[in-house]
Amino acid sequence: MVKSTITRAAHATPEPVAARVRGLSDRAIAWIFVAPTLFLLLAVNIFPLIWTIRLSFTNYRVNRPNRDIEWIGLRNYERILTDADVWQTMQATAHFLIWTIVLQVLIGFALAWLINSKFRSSNFWTTVIVLPMMLSPAVVGNFWTFLYQPQIGLFNHAVAFFTGVDPASFSMIGDVHLAPWAIVIADTWMWTPFVMLICLAGLRSIPASIYEAAECDRASKWRQFWTITVPMVLPFLMLAVLFRGIENFKMFDLVVQLTGGGPGNTTTLTSIDLKREAFERWRTGYASAYAVILFVTVFGLASIYVKALNKVKER
Amino acid sequence: MKSTLALTAAAALTVGTAPAAQAEDLTLCWAAWDPANALVELSKDFEAQSGHDMGFEFVPWPNFADRMLNELNSGGQLCDLMIGDSQWIGGAAESGHYVKLNDFFAQEGIDMADFIPATVTGYSEWPKGTPNYWALPAFGDVVGWTYRKDWFERPELQAEFQEKHGRALDAPNTLEELKDIAEFFQGREIDGTTVYGAAIYTERGSEGITMGVTNALYNYGFEYDNPDNPYDLDGYINSAGAVAGLEFYKALYDCCTPPGSSNWYMGENIDAYKSGQVALQMNFAFIWPGVEADPNVGGGKSGYFPNPAGPGGHFAQLGGQGISVVAYSEKQDAALEYIKWFAQPEVQQKWWESGGYSALNAVVEDPGFASSQPYAQTFLDSMAIVKDFWAEPAYADLLLSMQDHVHNYVIAGSGTAQEALDALVEDWTIIFEDEGKL
Amino acid sequence: MSYSVTDPSPLSRWIAGVTVVLYAMITLLPLLWIIATGFKSPEDSIAYPPKVIFEPSLEGYVNLFTTRTRISEEEQATPPPAETWYERIAREQGQSIAGPSRYGERFVNSVIIGFGSTFLCMVLGTAAAYAFSRFRVPLRDDLMFFILSTRMMPPIAVAIPIFLMFRQLGLNDTHLGMILLYTAVNLSLSVWLLKGFIDEIPVEYEEAALIDGYTRFQAFTKVVLPQAATGIASTAIFCLIFAWNEYAFAVLLTSGTAQTAPPFIPTIIGVGGKDWPAVAAGATIFLVPVMVFTILLRKHLLRGITFGAVRK
Repeated sequence: MVKSTITRAAHATPEPVAARVRGLSDRAIAWIFVAPTLFLLLAVNIFPLIWTIRLSFTNYRVNRPNRDIEWIGLRNYERILTDADVWQTMQATAHFLIWTIVLQVLIGFALAWLINSKFRSSNFWTTVIVLPMMLSPAVVGNFWTFLYQPQIGLFNHAVAFFTGVDPASFSMIGDVHLAPWAIVIADTWMWTPFVMLICLAGLRSIPASIYEAAECDRASKWRQFWTITVPMVLPFLMLAVLFRGIENFKMFDLVVQLTGGGPGNTTTLTSIDLKREAFERWRTGYASAYAVILFVTVFGLASIYVKALNKVKER
Repeated sequence: MKSTLALTAAAALTVGTAPAAQAEDLTLCWAAWDPANALVELSKDFEAQSGHDMGFEFVPWPNFADRMLNELNSGGQLCDLMIGDSQWIGGAAESGHYVKLNDFFAQEGIDMADFIPATVTGYSEWPKGTPNYWALPAFGDVVGWTYRKDWFERPELQAEFQEKHGRALDAPNTLEELKDIAEFFQGREIDGTTVYGAAIYTERGSEGITMGVTNALYNYGFEYDNPDNPYDLDGYINSAGAVAGLEFYKALYDCCTPPGSSNWYMGENIDAYKSGQVALQMNFAFIWPGVEADPNVGGGKSGYFPNPAGPGGHFAQLGGQGISVVAYSEKQDAALEYIKWFAQPEVQQKWWESGGYSALNAVVEDPGFASSQPYAQTFLDSMAIVKDFWAEPAYADLLLSMQDHVHNYVIAGSGTAQEALDALVEDWTIIFEDEGKL
Repeated sequence: MSYSVTDPSPLSRWIAGVTVVLYAMITLLPLLWIIATGFKSPEDSIAYPPKVIFEPSLEGYVNLFTTRTRISEEEQATPPPAETWYERIAREQGQSIAGPSRYGERFVNSVIIGFGSTFLCMVLGTAAAYAFSRFRVPLRDDLMFFILSTRMMPPIAVAIPIFLMFRQLGLNDTHLGMILLYTAVNLSLSVWLLKGFIDEIPVEYEEAALIDGYTRFQAFTKVVLPQAATGIASTAIFCLIFAWNEYAFAVLLTSGTAQTAPPFIPTIIGVGGKDWPAVAAGATIFLVPVMVFTILLRKHLLRGITFGAVRK
């Protein structure tokens, strides 16, 4: 399939040009250019995926090498999809996913829009804002637990300063109602810059001539914003949402360091649950089925999303 | 001077039996924590005597089990020697990860009767209570309590406490007394800052809250199973006493811990205690040398006491590890040499002096031992009352269920203690059925 | 740039500036706090209430780079003179320096693996992105989606098969293994971003080059690559950031020889508890290379994202 694709790709180059080209043929170039990437992805991603799918139909456990491996058909899938705890982790993940994306898009876009007004030293401040996403998520999780400490952390004291409540009166990661927001805040702090950068790219790709034309038509700034800025930035924004969405669906290290999934199970995201099944309970077969379900979910959502993205782009 | 003497004596011993065919690079795997530093120091003597080189692979506690069990499960050769957690022993023995040491012990004259009985059962035996040894007790550890002696001794606090509770403010003898003290300190102003009662284990991610709550459960009458009928759980895990114990732990968490201590384990408790946030700290004994050495809370400002008794008995949660030889290692002879060297009384004595808790009777029963450190007597008293979590091959399954139900009740406050323990019985029964033990 | 009707007014610029600076300050606080912790003494680092003003100390940095032994009581009574400033700092804690720690090696490993995989990722990613952009592939969208889908699998899920496969191939705990792994993980991002950038370069440039007698490959290297440089630079930053900070695979697949710094930093322990200043120092130093890399490529980053504006 891959080969024929590339062959057709090579044919797609305009004949008159191709005829004059010396050296390697287009077909060969296309092949050489795409093959290493596809090969590496097949080896490092697809091969383990196939392995995982195979294991998902068994009762295999890595920590019981002496036990016979049995084919148990779809039993793992059945067990997962009927487990109320799994649905609870899905809900926690959905809450995390939706709110991080909403906040990061709003703040990221607003920042990009403000920076795009090119005030003095805006380049410097852009670099400053980008700093948090350069840190290791494991380190960030570790230090945010510290920041959220009511006694010695910065967060409660800062909130106390602005609102006047007693810093010792609430605990971001100890409270069932606040903990899901604690992880949203930490992730938003870290990854808003990513969305901002991509939005900024979008904003700067809008040619000034379009605004000038709109200005001539006496379109209001407000109207310009909704009819020019937003539609032109949308494909970029959607790309940023796609990447953040995929990453946060898999979110693991930051949250594990922050809350360990607690209190109770309130911040146990699916990846954390999956890790417990795979590396603590060592139910390899079961965890593989779990992983396949997650993969299919993201794959499905993302393919719908990418179709929409392509439509927006073509407009 | 003393250490040099010990070293010479040890050297003489090794020369006597002179094995060492060729110099090997040995790797010892353990958790990344304070005692690991001491072991690196101690092992220099072994390197000098044997000619082998010691390498170390230390993994932080939260990743220790995943990383090392993954290594063992896949037959990896990274570690020649493994100081694995006590609960791994069942799985490691049944899957053949560790070398069985009975023959080696017999051949070298190492007698398990020379070690503290609880550590032999806890760290070496599988199945429990049978003379099948898979490790040499390496590091004795147990949950105990640290308290701010300097605060306790303040006359005004003494007087106030006396008036309120009709007894002196001192190390508690029962868990109820401990709660009184914690409540007494909760929210109190000391030297201009607000302090809190006790730092207790509440961690969700690995094993924290289980290692903490068991100290209350055991002493209120929780039992893992029917003593006459193994794996018979109903009525033992969720007995009336066990429910009261779990309720006690929740009450302690609700009344007397620092705000935000909802996910605390060893490190967080140490930090809270050292920074003067709490009057009492629950923690494993390994921290005590560090407390003594601390400029703020060390040097006589801290006292130690074993986990206090409850209405249902007097126990403390066992920690600690044994040292094993990994079955996949190609350098087993050199690894065994290390264990032989480590088992020597002189080395064990030095191990204790450098901050490692020796489990050798000769060390801990030495007349000078109890007074050698302020916490030495507490360590001995605590080791006499230990009880451990399951060490079944399925220990991780059992642990995860317990973490889940206990954290959900104690920290998140959902349901009742009875419901939490009933759910635990249900989960554990399924696990043992899967294991074919029921 | 000359003033035009579409430029914002000075007032709105000023408001924008103030808002952004305020946000930057708030966002910087946690980071500054980590950096400050690196310069605290272990006691101050966990002080209650927290210390904003403290006496700076290099203990964290000394502890980060050295292994130390405790000085026995006899030695403390008659200490040999401390020869260097770092030895003196260790002495103040009742310790003497025994040798360098493994932080240096771990850091070098991170440099090799981080930059190595970023480089490889750029080479493969640019080539693939070019092919996808220029040869109008009928199944292009599906192939692109396939590449994206490789990012959707949680690392935890594929960790065991990868671990076993690497062991078979002898790639466990090697630099090459980690470089290949991180490259594979990053390829999806780099192909997707780079294709966007290359799409923006007018095809006419290459066609002109081809008519001038360049081979297709020459047209790629001499015409397309310089045009795409900005895009490549900004993509490289994203790839480096990921490879540099990755934790889950690193903790599982590396140990003695190829371990990177992220799994190492949390293992730094002091006497009786976590050595927060050393951990913070490790995190701070670890931030420097990516920061420098970003600042060096900043012009590209900012020009890179203005690329679209240049074309018209």
